[in-house]
Amino acid sequence: MSASAAASRKWRKPPLIKNPVLRWGLLLGSLAYLLLAFGSMEVNWSRVYEGLDRGGRFILAFSQPDFVSRWSDISAGMLESIIMTITSTAAGIIISIPIGLGAAKNIAPLPVYIICRGIIAVSRALHEIIVAILMVAIFGFGPLAGFITLSFATIGFLAKLLAEDIEDTDRSQAEAIKATGGSWLQWINYGIQPQVMPRLIGLSMYRLDINFRESAILGLVGAGGIGATLNTAFDRYEFDTAAAIIIIIITIVMCLEYLSGIIRRRVQ
Amino acid sequence: MAVATNKSGQKIWQLRDRNAQLTRWFAWFVAVAIIMYCWQAISEQTTWFFVYDAPNIAGDIMSRAMPPRWPYINELWEPLWDTINIATIGTLLSLILAVPVAFLAARNTTPHQIFCRWPALLIIVSSRSINSLIWALLLVAIIGPGIFAGTIAIALRSIGFCAKLLYEAIEEIDEKQVEAIRATGASPWQVMAYGIVPQIMPTFAGITVFRWDINIRESTVLGLVGAGGIGLQMQSSLNILAWPQVSLILLVIFLAVILSEMVSAKVRGAII
Repeated sequence: MSASAAASRKWRKPPLIKNPVLRWGLLLGSLAYLLLAFGSMEVNWSRVYEGLDRGGRFILAFSQPDFVSRWSDISAGMLESIIMTITSTAAGIIISIPIGLGAAKNIAPLPVYIICRGIIAVSRALHEIIVAILMVAIFGFGPLAGFITLSFATIGFLAKLLAEDIEDTDRSQAEAIKATGGSWLQWINYGIQPQVMPRLIGLSMYRLDINFRESAILGLVGAGGIGATLNTAFDRYEFDTAAAIIIIIITIVMCLEYLSGIIRRRVQ
Repeated sequence: MAVATNKSGQKIWQLRDRNAQLTRWFAWFVAVAIIMYCWQAISEQTTWFFVYDAPNIAGDIMSRAMPPRWPYINELWEPLWDTINIATIGTLLSLILAVPVAFLAARNTTPHQIFCRWPALLIIVSSRSINSLIWALLLVAIIGPGIFAGTIAIALRSIGFCAKLLYEAIEEIDEKQVEAIRATGASPWQVMAYGIVPQIMPTFAGITVFRWDINIRESTVLGLVGAGGIGLQMQSSLNILAWPQVSLILLVIFLAVILSEMVSAKVRGAII
């Protein structure tokens, strides 16, 4: 073999996308898009520069968070957030089980399937805050609106994943229960439920965690929880109080994550 | 054995024995008691008259909101474009920041178990626990309202999510391939580029598209706190109680989210 042939056979890393037209097309397309997108983004750099000072103060506030001066507001808001989290997760699980059953292709008839999938799609597409605005308009200010919002959001999450899990279950076990002459309820209870229970528990714990995080923002639109206190703290530039609230939120989320990790390991 | 006997001495099958059953009942009792207590706390703060009146109000809002004010759509294209930009550029920025964090947080690539891994994990947890709206609130207070604040908020919120999934993927890579590259005498950077990166590339692409899809949904509401996007239009429509505009905006958001979810599912299907 000649030297030039050997040199041209130098190894090269294979590209991620094989088709060269698609590869270059995607690259050029994304470049064009990025140019357009950055072009339409107006950044007021002098304002940003002014704000850096305030940003620095906010970061400094974390070194001396002020838990004391607004403690009554913080504790009331936190308690309300926790209460909303617990009730809405419980209600969400109870409602999403039948909807999850209905949205599983292998056990539900087609009309039920379509209706349940529709509910899930609507619940997943609308952000919690949007639902909360509507609920506050309908039910008035307070934690009840937050409770309904979070329960509704839980349905979309839990019912979808539960339905997917039911669709993945082992058919033969369910078939065996049916063969013994079990009723529909017994079929679900002994054929399907034991197969999906560990995952359902794990997902519920995860959703408890998410609901707590979401409950922290519902207060922005008047649906109860710590968000209202946080918003006020930001509006008044009381960064030390805001830092205290954020630290409490992070701590609770970490504890919940740790707890849910333990529970998930035990049931799986 | 979890077997009970009835009066005539016949054995009956039971799932659990008595102690397990009692423990279960007790756990259920405690859980229900906590939930009832919490529910009572909510109930005390609720004006039940409004709730009884809710169906009427909901019907009233519906009748005002229908039909949507279609001509208003011409004013929505620009905010919609901004919303998509916030999500896309925010996702890109977060990836640039998330990749090093993920490499620092993964057990098998971190330079130091305590001084590098723990700070990285702290960044991940704090970014994940704080909602993008709170980040937006904060950034609007610091750098002023606008798209830029929204983009940074989305980026900050996504770092934790992307870095967490990515470092879990890095921890699960096949060590043999890394070993093979190292055996050829490759430098640490070459080991990373040829041993680790090709293994996590599909996961990385999947995470990107998945987070982009979530970010589209999140960026639709950032406007409510002044951080740009279609939420601004919604806020101003809500303020003047222009329900036909609100319903049109909700419809646009719904379609955008469904569309982005479809795109993301397609792309992920193509990658994996």
